[in-house]
Amino acid sequence: MIDTYLIPLIKILFVLNATLIAVTYMVLLERKVIAWVQVRLGPMRVGPYGILQPIADAVKLILKEDITPARADKWVFTAAPIIVMVPALITFAVIPFGGTVNLFGREMPLYITDINVGLLYIVSVASIGVYGIILGGWASNSKFPLLASLRASAQLISYEVAVTMTLVSLIITAGSLSMVKIVEAQLTSGLWFIFVQPVAFVLFFIGGLAETNRAPFDMAEAEQELTGGFHTEYSGMRFALFFLAEYANMIVVSSVATTLFLGGWLRPFPNLEALSFLGFVPGWMWFLLKTFVFLYIFLWVRATLPRYRYDQLMRLGWKVLIPIAIANVVVTGIVKVLL
Amino acid sequence: MITPTHYMLLSALLFMIGVMGVLLRRNIIVIFMSIELILNAVNINLIAFSYQLQDGIGQVFAIFVIAVAAAEAAVGLGIILAFYRNKETVNIDEMNLMRW
Amino acid sequence: MGHAIAFYLISALILGFAVLVVSTRNTVHAVLFLVLNFLAVAALYVLLTAQFLAVIQVMVYAGGIVVLYLFVVMLVNLKRPPEDHSSPQRRGWLGVGLGALVLAQLAAILVWGGVGTPADPYTMQNSDLALNNVERIGMLLYTDYLVPFELASMLLLVAMVGAIILAKREL
Repeated sequence: MIDTYLIPLIKILFVLNATLIAVTYMVLLERKVIAWVQVRLGPMRVGPYGILQPIADAVKLILKEDITPARADKWVFTAAPIIVMVPALITFAVIPFGGTVNLFGREMPLYITDINVGLLYIVSVASIGVYGIILGGWASNSKFPLLASLRASAQLISYEVAVTMTLVSLIITAGSLSMVKIVEAQLTSGLWFIFVQPVAFVLFFIGGLAETNRAPFDMAEAEQELTGGFHTEYSGMRFALFFLAEYANMIVVSSVATTLFLGGWLRPFPNLEALSFLGFVPGWMWFLLKTFVFLYIFLWVRATLPRYRYDQLMRLGWKVLIPIAIANVVVTGIVKVLL
Repeated sequence: MITPTHYMLLSALLFMIGVMGVLLRRNIIVIFMSIELILNAVNINLIAFSYQLQDGIGQVFAIFVIAVAAAEAAVGLGIILAFYRNKETVNIDEMNLMRW
Repeated sequence: MGHAIAFYLISALILGFAVLVVSTRNTVHAVLFLVLNFLAVAALYVLLTAQFLAVIQVMVYAGGIVVLYLFVVMLVNLKRPPEDHSSPQRRGWLGVGLGALVLAQLAAILVWGGVGTPADPYTMQNSDLALNNVERIGMLLYTDYLVPFELASMLLLVAMVGAIILAKREL
């Protein structure tokens, strides 16, 4: 009884709370990092070094007037931000934050669950998130958000194909769809998969940037493009949900990349005895460190690269990434059979 | 106890709801969506029997049904778009260009 | 017992959303109810230990095909709802009546025919097919059913080319 209901419930509450706090502070981190890249200081007024800035932002957004456009479809208008946020959060059910630890006298695995189709579950849930963007633009009953949402959703479904093809080559290497087994495959082979599949890593990262509508692929939601993209007509807490959902998606992509390519909770070169002194760092801390590295790279890329135009973006997705991903699958298959 | 009969009844009900949708609605997109409901009913039946007989062939067949449904949806929606560009309607009562 | 509760709950959702799909006036709402219907069917597949098919259902059906429908609905959105006037040749009540008759026949056949003993959920959920679902299906797809698999891929290629040509503005 306790094992099947209470413990997963506690884990779920813990992960949800941690994610929501992390998402809120990602907003601050982004402003700070971009500011430092641009040789300025970022938010400094609210709290020491601007630490309380996200709380001020949250209070402001909650207190703002909640405007619904006159002839918008009320139910769909309200549902769209929820449809974007929920898939980002439920992905955390299958991500392994660590191995099995011994807590309060019981063996507890540090993941909520491990299903045998974990990786496909993440991809399928991400494809549900596209609906929020399409419906957000549609329900606003206004031309610019509709066009921006059509562009954004076309971008998302194009890069979904590229990302899924990349993950296929990774599944061939690991031999299983379950996230925990992929990390264990990295343990047995002694190498993180980033060294075994570097091309897949680059493709996955670029695809992840496009999937989360992050720069340089953020044409659908930037303020200079189409007057603010698909969330033009949203104000107050609904806009906050769209905004936070984007950061939650970023954390999801970083966590998935960590699990697949950087060995999840494993230390560097996990089978090498000479480096076993690094074992004092617990598994979940390695996981957080690697995820944080990815998040930092996301912010770094945003601060550095200019934005892609829409046709350049689609050309990159269809004509460059997908052929390279398919070639990667073929090469991986051949190597796996020959070795 | 849930026997396969329950699953077949569910599948039959879903099938008939799809058939009613095809017969009664005039918006061609809703008709296409009812056809998807019919295909889903068939899939439920296949997988219920795969569960009962513990044979993977039911699930493999269902995968092929999903693939065919995807192909049919793509082509069908292409036809709708092409027709809409010519006649500006999605009401099937007005899609009578080839009538005598 | 939990199995039965889950089955009745999920079937209520499936049938409820299906009825809403065929009866809603607003086409966008009908598409959204279709998505919810597909998600409920995916939940039913998980109950039947067909985990691979459940995620394929969500990924392909709910996340691909219905997005296509949504795009088309948005592109053909008309000022007036398309079913304003009813054609005099239409006899809706006849359709409903005949459908109910066929359903009653089906139900009678199913209930009086019976389909053998119910399966024991514990053994079914811990069988080889349930625990190694992806491996078993993969093995079947690539050994016994390789030819249909290749034919399905050709079908998808042909459908893709066909859809692109049909939807192009100038040929």
